[in-house]
This record gives sequence, structure tokens and C-alpha cells, in this order.
Amino acid sequence: MQENYGRIPSGCAISGFINRDGRRVSGESIIQSIALMHDRSNGLGGGFAAYGIYPQFAEEYALHLMYDSERSREECEHFIADRFTVRHAEPIPTRHVPGIEDAPLLWRYFVRPREDRLHLPGRRPLSEDDFTVAAVMAINEGIEGAYVASSGKNMGAFKGVGFPEEIGRFYRLEEYEGYMWIAHGRFPTNTPGWWGGAHPFTILDWSVVHNGEISSYGINKRYLEMFGYRCALQTDTEVVAYLFDLLERRHGLPFPLVCAALAAPFWQEIDELPEEEREALTALRQVYGSALLNGPFSIIVGSRRGMVGLNDRIKLRPMVAAVSGDTVYLASEESAIIEICPQPDRVWLVRAGEPVVAELYAQAAEKARNKGAA
Amino acid sequence: MLKIDARGMHYRELNRRIKEAVAAGERELILENVNGQRYLGTGVNAPVRIEVYGVPGNDLGAFMDGPSIFVCGNGQDGAANTMNSGKIVIRGHAGDVLGYGMRGGKLHILGDVGYRVGIHMKAYKKQIPVLIAGGTARDFCGEYMAGGILIVLGLERGQQPLVGDYCGTGMHGGVMYLRGEVDPRHLGREVAVRPLEEEDLALLREHLGEYCSDLGLDLEEIMAEPFTKLVPVSSRPYGNLYAY
Repeated sequence: MQENYGRIPSGCAISGFINRDGRRVSGESIIQSIALMHDRSNGLGGGFAAYGIYPQFAEEYALHLMYDSERSREECEHFIADRFTVRHAEPIPTRHVPGIEDAPLLWRYFVRPREDRLHLPGRRPLSEDDFTVAAVMAINEGIEGAYVASSGKNMGAFKGVGFPEEIGRFYRLEEYEGYMWIAHGRFPTNTPGWWGGAHPFTILDWSVVHNGEISSYGINKRYLEMFGYRCALQTDTEVVAYLFDLLERRHGLPFPLVCAALAAPFWQEIDELPEEEREALTALRQVYGSALLNGPFSIIVGSRRGMVGLNDRIKLRPMVAAVSGDTVYLASEESAIIEICPQPDRVWLVRAGEPVVAELYAQAAEKARNKGAA
Repeated sequence: MLKIDARGMHYRELNRRIKEAVAAGERELILENVNGQRYLGTGVNAPVRIEVYGVPGNDLGAFMDGPSIFVCGNGQDGAANTMNSGKIVIRGHAGDVLGYGMRGGKLHILGDVGYRVGIHMKAYKKQIPVLIAGGTARDFCGEYMAGGILIVLGLERGQQPLVGDYCGTGMHGGVMYLRGEVDPRHLGREVAVRPLEEEDLALLREHLGEYCSDLGLDLEEIMAEPFTKLVPVSSRPYGNLYAY
């Protein structure tokens, strides 16, 4: 994919909110929020993750694809048809927006893994999720000019090269309705600005937007490779999405423990804890030492269950949180929250290494899951 | 007096209008519906009064030389960055890296402040910056501080620690006053706790008196609690670095 967009150093912007009651709203407000922080980006990347937008296909994995050419599309569609039952396929609707140039071909497929591919003779059956992860890795790594933007159920990532508000208009996000929206404005520093490299980075229904840099990328990448993940998108943030998938979905750790592994307390702090906690955190650091994220970061992680905000352990990147009724907001700047929620019940400065977890209420989560069956 | 409705206005436009008004002799400005506009007060080198309603953006009053800014709302990161003179009063909390490299003037914050507050503050002769936070401060408060006065009051802090870890790490000038006791594990290796002298109390009364009148607080109530004084125990740690 093209990488000739140059390189200019500075920061990034992130913003996200969740209606914990599952109420769905259009993409208009998240565009306004991220647009307020326009000057934190430089036009080399913008993107959104939207949850609850495909209730009519809630049981299917929604594969969002980017293609460099028709040839890439043909090859990838052959690959998909070979492994999945495709319930519906269509180009992702876009509109012409000045400033958005050189868009790849953008398609989406609502698919289920084929039963016969899950149960290969003589092999342990794969879960649908694991099968889909493997397929995404194979496309990103193996099919030239084809990249998966997202692969979760009832969610999608919409990203590209441009300012985030331009990308939002390009993808017509005001026409979608979701219960959670997460956005990113990019200012690439160490890696190229290209369509596949825009945030969010995703796998299944995980999405990650990130301000900062992951200096531990090499260690994290090699660790993830042991579990079958392939980092093919040339950007450090990719590892965060796979680490959440590995630790939460596959290893079953609750969000606070995942965060304690990724942004582990310093040994000095662990030493001061009561014995039981000290032992638990020591074990966590020993088992997941290679999952530790080093370097400055503030991230928002989305999943179908909700949103997690996390800072590095010494708060080298900004993050503010707010609550208003059933809605929780996270953003790089307080003003980006105030822009869409002028009078929150509470606003606070998020602390280093202390996650903000905002999940759907149980009832709303149940409803979101059963949408397709109902 | 000039009122500007800043809703939806880019920071460049807003700052251009402020500078033009000041150049034309305006001495009192009211900025309404401010939200996220950066660098307010930057490059305004006159003793004007600016009232801000809303949330001003990052680097409020950066390099400022003269104006007094009163914010009715919360502040963001980087307020008073390398400020030279004047005053900023924030009637709410404020973010990280406040008063970075501040070399004069005053920053008065009513509520909590974030990480790295007062980092690299410095003083020269009569140029003595003063930074006062009414709530708590997080890690790296006064890190590498080279001069000036940093006061943390911890009002209404409940069980929260007054300051976070690494307070005063690398500090080699100036003084910090923390209202209440500080757990030694929060302190950097380059600072020491000293008893307050009469002149410290006089200094606190002077600066906190102004702080209290800016924010409508009771000075006697604040002075009723004992303070912890922190001073550097090294001076010019890098003095010989390039002199061998």
C-alpha cells in the first residue's frame, strides 16, 4: 500500500463515548468532538470505531476491507468465500470529500465461518473467533494490497488518510447509529501515514486508538507471534489490540487485570501492597512481562462490552474522563468532551496506569447480543 | 470593555482579535463560550484583564508577559508555560505540566492539578514565579525546579495524598510549601523537609492572601494547618557537567 505521505513529528487526538444503556446515536457528535482537537492531527490519519451499527447482521462478523486494486479484491474475496459463508457483501458507502485522496477500494462482508472449515479432520475444532482471527492475520500478511480494517460483530472501523472530521464525512458516519463511538486524529511520528496504518487498530470487536508510542513494540510483537498473531500493519498500536484479545478473550482476565499487566505498577509500588495483592501482581508481572507496554501512551480500547481508557504508568500523554447520566466520555482534552456534553455530572483527570472501565449495563449487553436472533 | 463570543472560533482568529483590541487600547476583555482555544494571552504584552468563560485550551498564557487572566471553568494542560509576568486564575481543576519553565508571574488554581506541575520553574533576581494549587498534585510535582515558589494546599482532599511520587526530584532551587504532612516515600532524593521560619509564614500570608482574595477563600482557615517546607539539598547539580 502507498506510503508516500511524508513524516512530520507531533501528537495525536483520541476521543470516545459509550451510552451504557445501549441507546444508539449517530456519528455526528463523535465527529464534532474529534474535530475540536483538529490541531492535534496533521491530516495523515483519522478513524472511527462504531459499535451497534449493524443490528441487522448482529450474528455475522462484519469484515471491513481495504484494497489497493481490483486484483487484490478478487484474490481476497476468493479467500473469504473459501472459508466463510457470505450473507451480504457491498462497497462501504462513501462520499466525495475534498482532502480525501487516493482512497483504496473499500468493501464490507457480513460472514460466518463455514462449519466444514472449523472442523478439519484430525484437528481440534476451532472456535469461530479463533478461526476469524487466523483469517484476518492471513489476509493482512498474505494477500498483497488487502488489509482488514475491522472484523467484529455489530461494529466497524472506518479509517484512512486525512483529518478525522474529513474521514468521518467521507464514510458518511452521520448516517449510522451506534451505542459507542471512538475516534482518532493522527500525527504519525515513527511510522508511515497510510490507510491501513490509521487508527483504530482492531481484531474481532476490539478496537484501539492511541496517542503516544509503544517502545516495547518489538518485545510485544514477538510475544504475540507465539500465539499466532502477525503484526503486518507497520504501526506500534496494532499490538495493543492483539494483547487485549489474547489476555481478555483467550486467557479470560477481567479488564482491570489486563490493564495491570499492560501498564503494570512499578515494583516499588507493588512492594508496598498487602501480601495477597503483592503476590497477585508479582505473578501477573512474571507471567505477562512480555505484554508490558512501555513508552508514553493514552489509549481508548473498545469492545462489544464497553470502553476502557488507560494511560502509561507515569502519565506521559493526556486523558480526561467525564460522566453524564448513562454516558461516559474519554478524550485527550476536556474541551473535546465539553463540545458534545456541555454540562457533565462529573469531569476528572485520569490517573497514570489507572484504567477507566465503562461497560454496557447487563440488560443492554444482552439486547445487543440478541438483536440478530430476535 | 470588549466581549467576544468565541464559540466555534479557531484559536488563531480569537488570539488575533484579542491582540488587535489590546493594540487599539482595550484594557478589559471578556471571552465567552471559550472551548479548547490554545495560547490565550500569548504574545499580549500589556497589563490587560481577560475573563474567560468555558474551558481554555492548552498552553493558556504561554510566554505571557503582563495580562491577568481569570478563568471561570477548568483549565487544560500546559497553562503558564514559560510565562514571564502577569497572572492566571483558574476557578476549577487544571491538567498536566502547569507552569513549565515559568519564570515570573502567578498561577492560581482552585482545584486539583495533574502531573509534572511546576517542572523546571526558575527565578532570577526579582522575577519569582508563584504557583498555587488548591487541591492535590500528582507525580513529579516541582521536578527539576530551579527557582520560584510552589504551594499545594490539598483542600478537601479527603484520603487523597497531597502530592504524588517523585515530588521535587532533581529540584535544585526555589521552595515548595505543602499544606499538611507528606509521606517521605513521595519525595525525590534531591529535597529535604525543613521547619518553617517566621519569614516563611510571612511569605505564605502574602501569597495566599492574594490567592484567597482571587478565589473567595478564607486565609485564616488555610493558615490554620501546618505546612511542610521542601528545599533542594543540591545546588546546580549539572554545574560541572561541561566544565571539565
